[in-house]
Amino acid sequence: MGRYVVRRLLQMIPVFVGATLLIFLMVNVMGDPIAGLCGDRECDPATAAQLRREFGLDKPVWQQYLTYMGNLFTGDFGTAFNGQEVTELMASAFPVTIRLTIVAILFEIVIGVALGVVTGLRRGRPVDTGALVVTLVVISVPTFVTGLLLQLLLGVEWGWIRPSVSSEAPFGELIVPGLVLASVSLAYVTRLTRTSIAENARADYVRTAVAKGLPRHRVIRKHLLRNSLIPVVTFIGTDIGALMGGAIVTERIFNIHGVGYQLYQGILRQNTQTVVGFVTVLVLVFLIANLLVDLLYAVLDPRIRYA
Amino acid sequence: MRGATHARWIAGAAAVALAVTACGGGGGDDDSGGSSGSGDSGGVLSSSWGDPQNPLEPANTNEVQGGKVLDMIFRGLKRYDPKTGEAKDMLAEKIETTDSQNFTITVKDGWTFSNGEKVTAKSFVDAWNYGASLKNNQKNAYFFEYIEGYDKTHPDDGSKQTADTLSGLKVVDDNTFTVKLTQKFSTFPDTLGYNAYAPLPQSFFTDHDAWLSKPVGNGPYAVDSYTKGSQLSVRKWDDYPGEDKAQNGGVDLKVYTDNNTAYTDLMAGNLDLVDDVPAAQLKNVKTDLGDRYINTPAGIIQTLSFPFYDEDWNKEGSEKVREGLSRAIDRDQITDTIFQKTRTPATDWTSPVLGEEGGYKKGLCGDACEYDADAAKKLIEEGGGLPGGQVKITYNADTGSHKQWVDAVCNSINNALDNDKACVGNPVGTFADYRNQITQRKMSGPFRAGWQMDYPLIQNFLQPLYYTNASSNDGKWSNAQFDKLVDQANAESDTAKAVETFQKAEEVVRDNMAAIPLWYQNGSAGYSARISDVSLNPFSVPVYDQIKVG
Repeated sequence: MGRYVVRRLLQMIPVFVGATLLIFLMVNVMGDPIAGLCGDRECDPATAAQLRREFGLDKPVWQQYLTYMGNLFTGDFGTAFNGQEVTELMASAFPVTIRLTIVAILFEIVIGVALGVVTGLRRGRPVDTGALVVTLVVISVPTFVTGLLLQLLLGVEWGWIRPSVSSEAPFGELIVPGLVLASVSLAYVTRLTRTSIAENARADYVRTAVAKGLPRHRVIRKHLLRNSLIPVVTFIGTDIGALMGGAIVTERIFNIHGVGYQLYQGILRQNTQTVVGFVTVLVLVFLIANLLVDLLYAVLDPRIRYA
Repeated sequence: MRGATHARWIAGAAAVALAVTACGGGGGDDDSGGSSGSGDSGGVLSSSWGDPQNPLEPANTNEVQGGKVLDMIFRGLKRYDPKTGEAKDMLAEKIETTDSQNFTITVKDGWTFSNGEKVTAKSFVDAWNYGASLKNNQKNAYFFEYIEGYDKTHPDDGSKQTADTLSGLKVVDDNTFTVKLTQKFSTFPDTLGYNAYAPLPQSFFTDHDAWLSKPVGNGPYAVDSYTKGSQLSVRKWDDYPGEDKAQNGGVDLKVYTDNNTAYTDLMAGNLDLVDDVPAAQLKNVKTDLGDRYINTPAGIIQTLSFPFYDEDWNKEGSEKVREGLSRAIDRDQITDTIFQKTRTPATDWTSPVLGEEGGYKKGLCGDACEYDADAAKKLIEEGGGLPGGQVKITYNADTGSHKQWVDAVCNSINNALDNDKACVGNPVGTFADYRNQITQRKMSGPFRAGWQMDYPLIQNFLQPLYYTNASSNDGKWSNAQFDKLVDQANAESDTAKAVETFQKAEEVVRDNMAAIPLWYQNGSAGYSARISDVSLNPFSVPVYDQIKVG
């Protein structure tokens, strides 16, 4: 077990280096970011040259990358063009996005799994068909449509919520954005749970448990659900990273100043330091979430062992 | 079950580790946004804002969002009248010159910064020296380029600077300083209303970081709190000595990523003022807001520039091709349908906000700016046809919905020339890359150019854009006659004559069609019923201090 974790952690290193290098190259290919800093007018060459020197942009890309990685290990993520430390930007952006992600994941787990169990146990009934249609609709409608529609209806027409989230972004204001962010994944979780439950409901061990005379809720919770959740856990686990990185659209609609906002701003201003820094952290989140998912397997199903 | 127990323990530890890494940077989260200030005399209004691109320093702020703040918390020697754009004395008691080259500036007594420090001649001289010094990386440094000694503090070739201060600036006494320019520049005093020339308190130099996190100025407002990237709150400064005291208790500037969200917030009653109505809402804005929608001219003109470094665009007869293209663009139709009349077809190369006395001359472009398909076809033929048989209009696709109008312009050209392939749009992903390609002279055809004036002078619409090697002469157009006229106009001490000479220079631009003028841009804003007396100045920035709440 311990060796398995160590091996997995070691595997992360090349993935991490590769991912950051790729992002670094991609952002750099877009050209000289200093050119956009002076607005619709050319920066005077002397100032431009000095800014370039200050941000290390005058060196070859490989050297920039090495310096960047070197600094990274000392916790220095560099400085954004507006003079703020990237770590400072992270400190303000990540807590907001993490809150948003938590809301979204909770929606997925609570609504998605519950709906999945109900429909899985009642295959072919109206509830099942109804849920299938709804999930189909949710999956096929793009997030920005759902977001703008909810914003317009709940925020402007009915006045139930504020259309935009304040800069502190407390949990209460993140409920609707969280739901919007979760919507597509939520539909997938429902369908995944439903299929898994429906399959396992016919399994021998469930029949045995029923035959033993166990109460129905115990059969469902301890036997059926536990075994059916493995694919769902995989999905939700990998979704954490996807939600955090993919929040750009939702954050933009509701004016949430989280990771998506910083990334968008960073890309627009071609700010290498911001983009690479944020993506690096997102890659880490992704990798760790994946590791957690794999370790959770053993909890859900003791038969799964890691050598 | 041993394995499982272990797995549980490790999963738990990993979860803790995740939480720690994710929140690692959050130690110093002293976010105090939303504090509503203390002892307001009037109501506080909220307004949409965009995150400034550069640190908030007078000589380092070159875009509207940062400029908005500087305009609230700073007052300079001159101030542009919010209605007429005329440069009026603010902190300047008098600015005297006998030769348009040496100026003696007297600063009014009795002005202080909001921290109590006196505003003196030194406050200006120190600030200007800071702005001009290369080591401070100020993006507006070139505003000081006419002052003697600039080449020593800011060597253009990037070599080591040999002086930290401008030799052309001298403090005479507490309230007086002198400025020596390298050339005659009669309208120099009128440029001094620009933010880059604002005075700075000593705390700016002694504790720069603290100043940046909470700027201190001498304007009608003082910064109350600033959470970078999300909100800046200014409150009325009660001891402000100027005439233009704030009529409200303060302003909360809230950062919006998307102006559509800001507009939605205005509709829902969460925001008082939106100073950039999104294009998509222009159709409904009248019914949504009625009288609370403003659409007034601003000092912004949009043009199509040409790469004069490219042989194809700089040969005998090219000017006819350029004029032909200009005549193939149906400006009226495009401003009506795409911009819902928030732009006005351009008939010269300046802006109506200058007024006739300031140099705006309606119809200076003449026929060359009027849509006429037959004339367009003929002109282009006479000029040797389109280079390569096709023009590509380059623009950046990331902001400003440029795609829509470029496509419309191309449509118009294609229709006029009866050729589906005469014109195509050529989008570039980001603004930075777009600027990059311009700087590296990679343009192969006309490209989008926009000019927002720094100060309401005809000089500002011509010299930086068309003078040989000027800072914003992106097309690298060069014309000896134009340069000569501009020099003459600058040396002219009589303003009316200077304007007249500038207009002669503008005629040279016209005869060569150095750039195709497209339209003048309006400033647009919408506001809630809670506030009144809202107007936009010639820079399309709301005149915040005049707004009344309640």
